[in-house]
Amino acid sequence: MSENKNLIEGATGFWEIVMGLEIHAQVASNAKLFSGAPTEFGAEQNSQVSLVDAALPGMLPVINEECVQQAVRTGLGLGAEIHLRSVFDRKNYFYPDLPQGYQISQFKDPIVGEGEIEIDLKDGSVKRVGIERLHLEQDAGKSVHDQHPSMSFVDLNRSGVALMEIVSKPDMRCAEEAQAYVKKIRSILRYLGTCDGNMEEGSLRADVNVSVRRPGEDLGTRCEIKNVNSIRFIGQAIEYEARRQIDVLEDGGSIDQETRLFDPRAGETRSMRSKEEAHDYRYFPDPDLLPLVIKQELVDKLRAELPELPDEKKARFVREYSLSPYDAGVLVSEKASCDFFEAVADGRDAKLAANWVTGEFFGALNKAGLQIESSPVSAKQLGDLINLISDDTISGRIAKEVFEIMFETGDDPAKIVEEKGLQQVTDLGAIEAAIDEIIAANPDKVAQAKEKPKMAGWFVGQVMKSTGGKANPKSVNELLAKKLGL
Amino acid sequence: MTELTKLTLAEARAKLAAKEITSVELTEAHLVAAKASDKLNAYVTLTPDVALKMAAASDARIEKGEAGPLEGIPLGVKDLFCTDGVRTTACSNILDDFTPTYESTVTANLWADGAVMLGKLNNDEFAMGSSNETSRFGPCINPWKASDSDADLVPGGSSGGSSTAVASHLALGATATDTGGSIRQPASFTGTVGMKPTYGRCSRWGTVAFASSLDQAGPITRTVRDAAIMLKSMAGHDEKDTTSVDIEVPDYEAALTGDIRGLKIGIPKEYRVEGMSDEIEKLWTQGIDWLKSAGAEIVDVSLPHTKYALPAYYIVAPAEASSNLARYDGVRYGLRVQGDDITDMYEKTRAEGFGDEVRRRVLIGTYVLSAGYYDAYYIKAQKIRTLIAQDFKQAYKKIDLLLTPTAPSPAFAIGEKVDDPLSMYLNDVFTVPVNLAGLPGISLPAGLSSNGLPLGLQLIGRTFDEDTLLRAADVLEEAAGFSAEPSKWWTEA
Repeated sequence: MSENKNLIEGATGFWEIVMGLEIHAQVASNAKLFSGAPTEFGAEQNSQVSLVDAALPGMLPVINEECVQQAVRTGLGLGAEIHLRSVFDRKNYFYPDLPQGYQISQFKDPIVGEGEIEIDLKDGSVKRVGIERLHLEQDAGKSVHDQHPSMSFVDLNRSGVALMEIVSKPDMRCAEEAQAYVKKIRSILRYLGTCDGNMEEGSLRADVNVSVRRPGEDLGTRCEIKNVNSIRFIGQAIEYEARRQIDVLEDGGSIDQETRLFDPRAGETRSMRSKEEAHDYRYFPDPDLLPLVIKQELVDKLRAELPELPDEKKARFVREYSLSPYDAGVLVSEKASCDFFEAVADGRDAKLAANWVTGEFFGALNKAGLQIESSPVSAKQLGDLINLISDDTISGRIAKEVFEIMFETGDDPAKIVEEKGLQQVTDLGAIEAAIDEIIAANPDKVAQAKEKPKMAGWFVGQVMKSTGGKANPKSVNELLAKKLGL
Repeated sequence: MTELTKLTLAEARAKLAAKEITSVELTEAHLVAAKASDKLNAYVTLTPDVALKMAAASDARIEKGEAGPLEGIPLGVKDLFCTDGVRTTACSNILDDFTPTYESTVTANLWADGAVMLGKLNNDEFAMGSSNETSRFGPCINPWKASDSDADLVPGGSSGGSSTAVASHLALGATATDTGGSIRQPASFTGTVGMKPTYGRCSRWGTVAFASSLDQAGPITRTVRDAAIMLKSMAGHDEKDTTSVDIEVPDYEAALTGDIRGLKIGIPKEYRVEGMSDEIEKLWTQGIDWLKSAGAEIVDVSLPHTKYALPAYYIVAPAEASSNLARYDGVRYGLRVQGDDITDMYEKTRAEGFGDEVRRRVLIGTYVLSAGYYDAYYIKAQKIRTLIAQDFKQAYKKIDLLLTPTAPSPAFAIGEKVDDPLSMYLNDVFTVPVNLAGLPGISLPAGLSSNGLPLGLQLIGRTFDEDTLLRAADVLEEAAGFSAEPSKWWTEA
């Protein structure tokens, strides 16, 4: 029996979506997989092309060891089996942006085998998703169709760039799970430094395999949605595709196994090629390359050097900083956020730092539509602000005001506090004078407060108002209690 | 033929070193001979300017006492090796006037050692053929003629231009490549020495690929010593070819001690193929006697999977070729025939660019790699390949070298087998197993057929044991005393 809580209701009953993902992640490396050409994004067209990348006669591929190590690191980060011997195959097809007429990939014997990761879902639950394999392969170039009325141009800068294809098991059952899976993979890759995870630049893209079935039945026929390049589109593509398949099946039709494309403008998937039109790739071992053999010592060394990954970090934040699993999860999900938080928390009250980062800071970023990298407030500045709270220079409430100004101007908190005179009044004499004045002016309220101690709150408010919010709240409370004889 | 073109490579080297001759003189003599050899169609691109410039530079280095091991030696280059600034076509229309901006590792090694490039030599298109009849430049003609016919004969293939140039004294030596016999069979057909080293001994970088797991460069020369000298310069590890092997290249010339006493020579019974002519049989027996007289021990051995070698080869080689030749698509360089759309452009370009034999092999290769056929053909052929390699490994437990004929017949007439691919493929029956096992092999002229054509014997060595192979070949060469030369009919008006 299925325990899926995410069944979709069709006209004739409930359906379950089954999904597996193939993520193509560009390996973070200075050079291509089989040539020394650079890989920088956005360079002038055809400026990063070696003789090998352009497939000139007699050129031979030479494996880039750094790419191999990045694949091993990634495999270890996915908790997967590392294959000490793997084989590069040729995947043969003709296309103008594929200079060799074949892509060098790994078909039968990939460098990384089975693994498993955990994904965090919105309801707070954790789900395990299996990894089928990871293999190394070359990227193709890019065909450019808008430069000439009747011809297409080819840009080979990407030709030969190293990709890792990470194939999941068909373990996902709803769009949210697929999105959480991609986010988690991206997060792991970024922590490892093996891929920048930048979906806009195409460094990370996903093929989504979608099928539907009646709960408990065998797997249905799947369709593959190619090259979806944002997490939002992944959700939309899945929702559309599942609904499409259910409609077809409920109308008595059957699903054709095919490759589809997601059109983000129309919000729908469209058939790209059917199974009959599918290429026969004629895979065979690339005779230019010997099998790739890596030593166990290298794997051990890379394992020992692995950075702390999101799941470990989350557990440590909960354990060491007493953060809630939710807060910890939010903080670690993006490496950049986590780095920011750790810089803010360094040497400070971690709980307070977490509240500020996940509360005011993320709130302000979201409102402004900014990424953490372009934040006007640095981790150091936010840390300084927290220092001002901790040493009683300002209250938490004033700090929020200061933060708003920091976010607008980028100024340091100390400067803002100084210029605006926001230092907390800790001078008991000054607070006492303010209290005395208010008590003297409001004898009726004093009488009421003696009857009803909760009225003290009204006095606190008056004192804060008269001190411009700068009075130390603790001192105000203590003094008021004494003066009112509570 | 001037006195200078009569020299062997070793002799020329000695005269250059002794400053009895200059490289410019030597080079000019060969250029004159090459220019007078149009009827042979050996050179497809002659590079006199490059040659004379290199020769002058060589002479300057000799003068300064900075001579390299091949200083001033004029050589021909098979048109499969990419040469910087010199048109390289693999004798295929699809490469059109492709001019590389880079130099193959093998030729770069030769130039670094002081050798001089005379030009580019004819070959079968993409090295696919055993007669040099599939070249876009037309067939190369064997300098030898049968005593009973005036018919033009094939020089063997695919390195027909190399074998012809060396046999006709149009170069002191030539580079060649061997995928299934393309060095050794043409050597046998032209009375020259053809040496295919162990797979991985020479870099494949910058050499137009036919079948990557089988292709190997080597020299064609007039003597075993010349082969030893040339191979030493051609060979070596290359970081740009990960299948080239990082082991030291020995001084092959020093291995020519003339002493093969105690060496065990295997005679594989499976090479006594059905229909083999008496004269080949006789030559083989003669070879056995020569080696025996020189003190070698003869051992009968069995290579039981030999009969599967040719079929396995004609699956593996076309499979790799079909993929290797996919890059010739009209998009980036070479020939392009415009079409209505990209597929039409591909089809027109490749139809016009490739000749019949290349198309045949691309089709065979595509077929054997296709879904549903891959296991039955490609995988099975690879298994046979493993068995063949094991056959040799077993044999080499008992022996040091194998002796076989190089080819089942002497040179045949132009056009004789061109419409009969199967009979053409049978030319490689004794050479193909060596490539499948990646072993070194050498063919040297051992006698003449009844109608006066050269016949070769093949020695096959252990992996990376070219030293022993050359040592025995040197002894066999001495014993055979082959000194016949073709008549110089091609220079007559």
